[in-house]
Amino acid sequence: MCLGIPGQVVSLEEAGGLRMGKVRFGQILREACLEYVPEVGEGDYVIVHAGFAISRVNEEEAARTYQLLEEMGQLQELDPDDAEVGGSEDTSAGGEPH
Amino acid sequence: MKYLDEYRDEALAQALLDRIRRVQKRPWMLMEVCGGQTHSIVRYGVDDLLPKEIELVHGPGCPVCVTPLELIDKAHAIASRSDVIFCSFGDMLRVPGSESDLLTVRSRGADVRVVYSPLECLKIARSHPDRQVVFFAIGFETTAPANAMLVSRARQEGIDNISVLVSHVLVPPALEAILDSPVNRVQGFLGPGHVCAIMGYREYEAISARYKVPIVITGFEPSDLLEGVLMAVTQLEEGRAEVENQYARVVTRDGNGAAQGLVSSVFEVCERKWRGVGPIPQSGYRLREEFENFDAERRFEVGAIDTQEPPVCISGEVLRGIKKPHDCPAFGTDCTPAHPLGATMVSSEGACAAYYLYGRHHKATTKG
Ligand code: SF4
Repeated sequence: MCLGIPGQVVSLEEAGGLRMGKVRFGQILREACLEYVPEVGEGDYVIVHAGFAISRVNEEEAARTYQLLEEMGQLQELDPDDAEVGGSEDTSAGGEPH
Repeated sequence: MKYLDEYRDEALAQALLDRIRRVQKRPWMLMEVCGGQTHSIVRYGVDDLLPKEIELVHGPGCPVCVTPLELIDKAHAIASRSDVIFCSFGDMLRVPGSESDLLTVRSRGADVRVVYSPLECLKIARSHPDRQVVFFAIGFETTAPANAMLVSRARQEGIDNISVLVSHVLVPPALEAILDSPVNRVQGFLGPGHVCAIMGYREYEAISARYKVPIVITGFEPSDLLEGVLMAVTQLEEGRAEVENQYARVVTRDGNGAAQGLVSSVFEVCERKWRGVGPIPQSGYRLREEFENFDAERRFEVGAIDTQEPPVCISGEVLRGIKKPHDCPAFGTDCTPAHPLGATMVSSEGACAAYYLYGRHHKATTKG
């Protein structure tokens, strides 16, 4: 129930007195209420829950886990199989939960 | 290694596991608070990948599971009225009440509709001015802003054929109830990422300090969960008890101020009963007096409700981390997702359903 899905805001609009927007989750576009994320604009990533964006995804923080990976990659030089996964593309989205 | 190659970031997961193995010296028991985390853990076998001495027990953070039976029965009574359009999140439809579930109520002719966003109720109410639209407003702090917005808009737009049946619960009082219990075994928590996206984590700092228990606010990806475990175990091994934020890409210390503001203008804190657990003081929300017109419990006289829980169901102990699903004699036999006896077998975030779904039918398949 507390499932929150990361998506990218592709457009903003006003509807029924509310700040709404279209959010892209992979191939799917859905409307979400953006009232609770006034700082968010087009192109930003948000976490959407029950039709509401509840938080902006901080891209620098999203990259942190991948920095951690790189750091640890160095700790793991002995295992070359693990070394190549550096920065995968969807870091800012934080991946899609199920 | 089991499921490891399914991980989004296999290398990251492997590196985190190595680090956990290096840090961990003594046995520890951690609880993941949120049902979404439980689902991820069981689905990806995160707990099976961890060293044997680290046990994960599953927490109460499944709103569908803890919505009290009285309210489910009330929902059924209200939904059965011919003047009502009853709207609910999809997860609630199969939750067993004393007699049946909402799907059965619908098959008997009730107008029960699934909504994705509570705001859909506004449209439904506008296009059916002659009917009463009732929304089953359940959830934790994560969902409260969405439900509060529905009530706030309904009042602003003067849509008076809307009401809400409120069953809102709060995480911090449930953690305190778990920690206060004499049978508690939990030594550290993976805190609920999306609850804290709304509320921030100041409340958890007080709990961590008072009970000397590490709380790591954690996300939902397998690698988030592994990192959360690493951070919690590191604290325990070093004798620290703090709140740390693994999910900083989404959660800030203060949370979402705009959402908190609207929630506290619509709701106030009250005692709530948790299914299987019982009443917990200050553990939920009810509508403020200014919004009592929108309270479905006031609008519809439902009368005395005599609830009956199947005696075999131990979901209350499962939700508090005291027992695991396969400790229940009905698990996988009399109780399955197709014929659930308890709510934890219904929601995919319920521990019983997750264990069933991912084939944990026998004790031997997990650590115990
Ligand atoms: S398996 Fe079914 S009966 Fe047993 S605790 Fe879980 S929900 Fe209750």
